Amino acid sequence: MSDALEAFRAEARAWVEENFPPSLAGKGMGMEGELDGDTKADFELWRARLGEKGWGAPTWPQEYGGAGLSHPQAKVVSEEISRVGGLNPIPALAGMGITMVGPTLLEYGTDDQKARHLPATARGEVRWCLGLSEPNAGSDLASLATKAEDKGDYFQLNGQKIWTSGADISHWCGALVRTDPSAPKHKGISFVMLPMDQEGVETRPIRLISGASPFCETFFNDARAEKSDLLGDLNDGWSVVKRLLQHERQSQTSAGSPMASAKSKAIQDVAKEYAGTDDSGALADGDLRSRLVNHLMDARSHSLTVRRITAEAKGQVKVSAAASILKNSATRISQTKSELTLEIMGAQGLGWEGAEFTAEEKNTVREWLWGKAISIYGGSFEVQKNIISKNILGLPETTQKG
Amino acid sequence: MIRDQAQAWATEQAPVAAFRRMRDAGVANRFEPATWESMVEMGWTGILVPETYGGSDLGYLTFGVVLEQLGRQLTASPLYASALVGASAVLLGGSDAQKEALLPKVVDGSEILTLAVDEGPRHTPGTMATAAEADGDGYRITGRKAQVLEGMSATAFIVAANGPNGIGLFLVPADASGVSRTALSTVDNRGYAHVDLVDVRVGGDAHLGDADVLEAVLDRARAGLGAEMLGVASQAFDMTLDYLKTREQFGRVIGSFQALGHRAADLYSQMELARSCAEAALMAVDAGAEDTAELCSLSKAKVGDFLHEMSNQLIQIHGGIGMTDEFDAGLYLKRARALEPLWGNQAFHRDRYARLLGF
Repeated sequence: MSDALEAFRAEARAWVEENFPPSLAGKGMGMEGELDGDTKADFELWRARLGEKGWGAPTWPQEYGGAGLSHPQAKVVSEEISRVGGLNPIPALAGMGITMVGPTLLEYGTDDQKARHLPATARGEVRWCLGLSEPNAGSDLASLATKAEDKGDYFQLNGQKIWTSGADISHWCGALVRTDPSAPKHKGISFVMLPMDQEGVETRPIRLISGASPFCETFFNDARAEKSDLLGDLNDGWSVVKRLLQHERQSQTSAGSPMASAKSKAIQDVAKEYAGTDDSGALADGDLRSRLVNHLMDARSHSLTVRRITAEAKGQVKVSAAASILKNSATRISQTKSELTLEIMGAQGLGWEGAEFTAEEKNTVREWLWGKAISIYGGSFEVQKNIISKNILGLPETTQKG
Repeated sequence: MIRDQAQAWATEQAPVAAFRRMRDAGVANRFEPATWESMVEMGWTGILVPETYGGSDLGYLTFGVVLEQLGRQLTASPLYASALVGASAVLLGGSDAQKEALLPKVVDGSEILTLAVDEGPRHTPGTMATAAEADGDGYRITGRKAQVLEGMSATAFIVAANGPNGIGLFLVPADASGVSRTALSTVDNRGYAHVDLVDVRVGGDAHLGDADVLEAVLDRARAGLGAEMLGVASQAFDMTLDYLKTREQFGRVIGSFQALGHRAADLYSQMELARSCAEAALMAVDAGAEDTAELCSLSKAKVGDFLHEMSNQLIQIHGGIGMTDEFDAGLYLKRARALEPLWGNQAFHRDRYARLLGF
């Protein structure tokens, strides 16, 4: 590591030590009543201090609420926060704001849009959801039907979105809407931003096979999006959303399951506990052992690939075509891990509720079910393969043109 | 820079067409002497050797870059056996005097070393029947080594044998009394030999270290082979992708069929992951990293899996033309399958990886 980065680490460490409220060490996001009155106030203080420092979105420019840091510096910041047992709550509080909407706004937004939306997002005060998929527009997103009519100063939206993560608690929504029904399907689409707290917007949470979920259905009935909140050019929303989805893939390339806790036990140790070992210390179930080692090798080769691609990009985490490779590989590893854990736990892995099952066991079954979504959202397994074959390998388009 | 040099040289001076000509002509040692001389002239035999002994000391990652390019053209030579595996054994297990005696000759090509470990059809480096008994101030070695790489052209064998301290490595000149060798004719047309040792007398200075050195040498051999295998597989991928873009059936290029587009995407993804493993193993060896053994097994297994699949798809996607001897696909398939078991196949390395991880 360079001297400059080491100097930055010393600075970051000093700031974290001075500003991180020790009462929050080892505490989560306060979702499960983990925080009482005092720690709640500390949580709010910590969020505000991080926001003020620009570390909610550290790589964004300072004028838009970031800290103008390089990616290696941002990594140092998150390492230093982890070191004291803390976490940065802002990316989660902002919903899709930090990972997807913000980077796209920085690229496509006007100065006015960036000034109005980014600073509050970077402080974790504004939560964003995305209205992209519709009941009849999933992998074929460009066939979406939600209509936006030009009403002079504003667009009037009518239609239904689905899988809008966190819509019921979000402040703003970035929505893909049809602004020119007569144009070919990719050409008549625009990207608009609208506040969720208005009469024409209604949300309904969706219960999944794994239980409660952050997903919602979102209904627009004469909802209003201001013209000044059109992102990118009119009828050029497809370019905006392609970029947005690249940012999404990039954020989904890590093989860690979204529900797995950092403290979770290594899968080989779980296997030894449930399936037993022979005299040599090897797993007694030879078939399981070879599938397990195969999985662990896949996981290792994935993380080595993330490291290699990052190094080849010289520290700049580029949004690249490689994201499709990494998303699919992360998906496969995560789903295989869930299937293996479920198999290892046997009948105990089927527990849904009650004291007869450990928290780990009940979490495993939910994680397994939830994991089925990973190969569907953010561009399905098959869509990623289309992207690889067309964009990286230069093979002809395999899907229908529209 | 060395990548460009290796690529240009291999494609111009030692392409797969030259390998084919050599095969058809039935060259005795299974490589062209002129090819080997050029490699020596370019200094590739000294990539691992310190400057004191006439080498360039560039390390394993650099050697891997060269081997990958040679793998792409199936270029035949004793470079890998002698300058990577043999030189590693001398560097890791040799005394200053042994290094002084051997390394300059490895670099100038006058000495061709090769490692002789396995005695049967499977890789079992932990057990062997070959014995090296103390005999005066030296050793007396008896046993049989199977499928020794470049066994006919080697000038000296580095023989693994049960010695006074358990398994050890012993340098045995190929012309020593009691050494005989039998050339093998194998599907991949590379140079292998069975080597018989009957009461072969070597001096005390023939000892090149014990079991720990053997293990470390084998890991370097695996990391290097991973690079060569990656080269073979990458070329097979490129040939296949090119065919997908040019071969027409049903009025369109076959790469426009989604079944094939997705298969190509899968193969490409596997190739990227395999490359990361191959490079990580070589870098770990260079850095002396603690997890070197894990990464070398990972590389041999993951690159092996990819090469296996890719070599089969090379034939399948090319269809009938892929089955003909006139086309090169078969040469790649044969080489692929011959490299998989060398120093442990995928199953060997999965088992080893699991043991290293404690299960």
